[in-house]
Amino acid sequence: MGVPGAIQSIERAAAILRLLASSSGKLGMGEISRSLELAKGTTHGILRTLQQVGFVEQDTASGRYQLGAALLHLGSSYLDVNELRSRSINWADPLASRSGEAVRIGTVLDGKVLVVHHVFRPDDTFQTLDVGSLLPLHATALGKVLLAWDAAAAIVAVRGELTAFTRKTVTKSGLGRALATVRESGWAAEAGEYHPEEAGIAAPIRGHGGLVVGAIGISGPTERVCDARGRPDPTLIGYVRDAARAISRDLGGLRT
Amino acid sequence: MTESYVVAIDQGTTSTRCIVFDRRGQLVSVQQREHHQHFPRPGWVEHDAVEIWRAVQQLGPRTLRQAGIGPEQVAAVGITNQRETTVLWDRHTGIPVSRAIVWQDTRTDELVSALAAQPFAPEVAVRSGLPLATYFSAPKVRWLLDHTPGLRERCARGDVLFGTMETWLIWNLTGGPSGGLHVTDVTNASRTMLMDLRTLSWDDDLLAFFDIPRAMLPSIRSSSEVYGRAVEAFPGVRIGAALGDQQAALFGQTCFAPGDAKCTYGTGSFLLLNTGSAPVRSTHGLLSTVAYQIAGADPVYALEGSIAITGSLVQWFRDQLGLIGTAPEIETLARTVEDNGGCYIVPAFSGLFAPHWRSEARGVIVGLTSYITKGHLARAVLEATGWQTREVVDAMNADSGLALRSLRVDGGMTADNLLMQFVADVLDVPVVRPMVAETVSLGAAYAAGLAVGYWPDLADLRRNWHRAAQWLPSMDPELRADEYDNWQRAVERTFDWLRPKAS
Repeated sequence: MGVPGAIQSIERAAAILRLLASSSGKLGMGEISRSLELAKGTTHGILRTLQQVGFVEQDTASGRYQLGAALLHLGSSYLDVNELRSRSINWADPLASRSGEAVRIGTVLDGKVLVVHHVFRPDDTFQTLDVGSLLPLHATALGKVLLAWDAAAAIVAVRGELTAFTRKTVTKSGLGRALATVRESGWAAEAGEYHPEEAGIAAPIRGHGGLVVGAIGISGPTERVCDARGRPDPTLIGYVRDAARAISRDLGGLRT
Repeated sequence: MTESYVVAIDQGTTSTRCIVFDRRGQLVSVQQREHHQHFPRPGWVEHDAVEIWRAVQQLGPRTLRQAGIGPEQVAAVGITNQRETTVLWDRHTGIPVSRAIVWQDTRTDELVSALAAQPFAPEVAVRSGLPLATYFSAPKVRWLLDHTPGLRERCARGDVLFGTMETWLIWNLTGGPSGGLHVTDVTNASRTMLMDLRTLSWDDDLLAFFDIPRAMLPSIRSSSEVYGRAVEAFPGVRIGAALGDQQAALFGQTCFAPGDAKCTYGTGSFLLLNTGSAPVRSTHGLLSTVAYQIAGADPVYALEGSIAITGSLVQWFRDQLGLIGTAPEIETLARTVEDNGGCYIVPAFSGLFAPHWRSEARGVIVGLTSYITKGHLARAVLEATGWQTREVVDAMNADSGLALRSLRVDGGMTADNLLMQFVADVLDVPVVRPMVAETVSLGAAYAAGLAVGYWPDLADLRRNWHRAAQWLPSMDPELRADEYDNWQRAVERTFDWLRPKAS
């Protein structure tokens, strides 16, 4: 019997992973269910779930199981950034078309936002691709989304120096409350906090199990992104959140 | 105005899709269905044309339902299709005489060799713009005539009809056995090897050369005009366009001016250059083809260069070598190193296509030293696509006398920034990705919308096109020249690998 309050299927999943880790070769479904005295149906369900999240791999020829590559990379990147771009590209383009603004997708890298994808503002003016560039976490909508659902990054950010890019840039004392608001509303905005005349809106991209793997957002002149009182346009918020949900659904991060 | 949308049917090699577009060229809804690939013998590839028609019958209403619209709100339907794939069917029953022979099918290998030995053979490329090869429709029709008892007589009487996929679909959409229209468009007809590229009509000498009766052929129409109204799938809707898939992508990319070019990067890649109102005969291994023709206007021609192995080299790297888990990870791996470390991969897996056309060549990896890591190999994989593009562009510049000013790109591999930058670097021109990824179906929708006045003119379509990304060349010219030289020397090492069989 397990510890009171423990979730049985997680205990069983852990046992399967330990079994696979200790075995020298690959194991068949029957062997696993016999070793752990689990019903085949239960074992199959857990293996399939572990396979979906990448913790277990099934050999296509023999049908036998082994530990998955995702377990080995558990400490590093969860989702390859180029994979994230590739999976987002068909949703980022329509977001730029609908909103009329530039679109960026970002992930956290060393206390900054790493831009992994960039779609031009659809007005055919000269613009430069800034994939690979770094943005401040605390002063951008993308960054606030990433901080809001990444406790470790948020702690580091609060301990460090928060550069005041403008007089509107969020301060150390205000960041905690700002991030709580983001978590509550499910999106983040920024108006004149990085560049005086620019604003942005962003929402989280979720992968398996709801883990936030990145943020997608638009940015442009404040007068286009926000109303006269500096509040972000609800229609644009809707577009951004729709795009974020669509990508999350494709990544298996939302139940449909 | 209630007619607010245009529909595209994209009949591809592996699946069929129906897509609804709005006036701004934005995708409103899409439905897709795969069809079976039949491989009855080595080298044979077949499709069931009835299965494909049933898919269209199903997808049509579904796509409209998903968009929340009825057929009365659709201004026109445009069709784009896998090219060259050949269907023969009984005009009285609508039943195909056999499965369709797909463009990839190489059963006509020996037939093509035999035809190539005939005195008229050199004239085929002059008239049709195409080299004698198994891909095109004429050898496939001839093969069916030769291998089906009594078929030639039924064809000569007009009881059995020939069509590529757009012809088959239009015939069925417009009523099939009861009054179906038997038509093709100039772009698809230009891939049969039976059409004179200049007159845009079936050529008697080519028909005689392939021994194909004229009675079985559809009438050739422009790519953008109302052929008729659908009675099936989209009842009452006008059918306003037909274009081969690569020509549709060129149209969807709004490459309307001579010198405009696009490259679609998929498992293989297709580069098409608009060459204007006269066909350019290639002396550098490219195909000459019709790009499009709008009703009442002069045809526009294109040069086409196809590269057999581009995305499929990344798939090979993933599936056969297992060095990456997903295709996009190739970029991550390639970025672990600064350059290719002196390593080059030439993926001549089944010979080299344009501009070399060396069927006996086989792939090589050269420049291996103990210094080379999997990161260098990943670079070499991506660079192979860049250099193959450069070779085709060089051939096009030489043939057309037009110097490429920029390259418009689409397809899955455009998500790879390292590759797109490399393509810009080796071509020394800007590489531009448009906002709408679905250029093939968009091209068919554009041509159909144009035919019914939904969009007024080409300039209006061009205004719908927006840049989503642009990569500017930044490679040192000396480095570019050195690397190209290395690549070309690597290519030479693939030649003459297969030895002729001792007979």
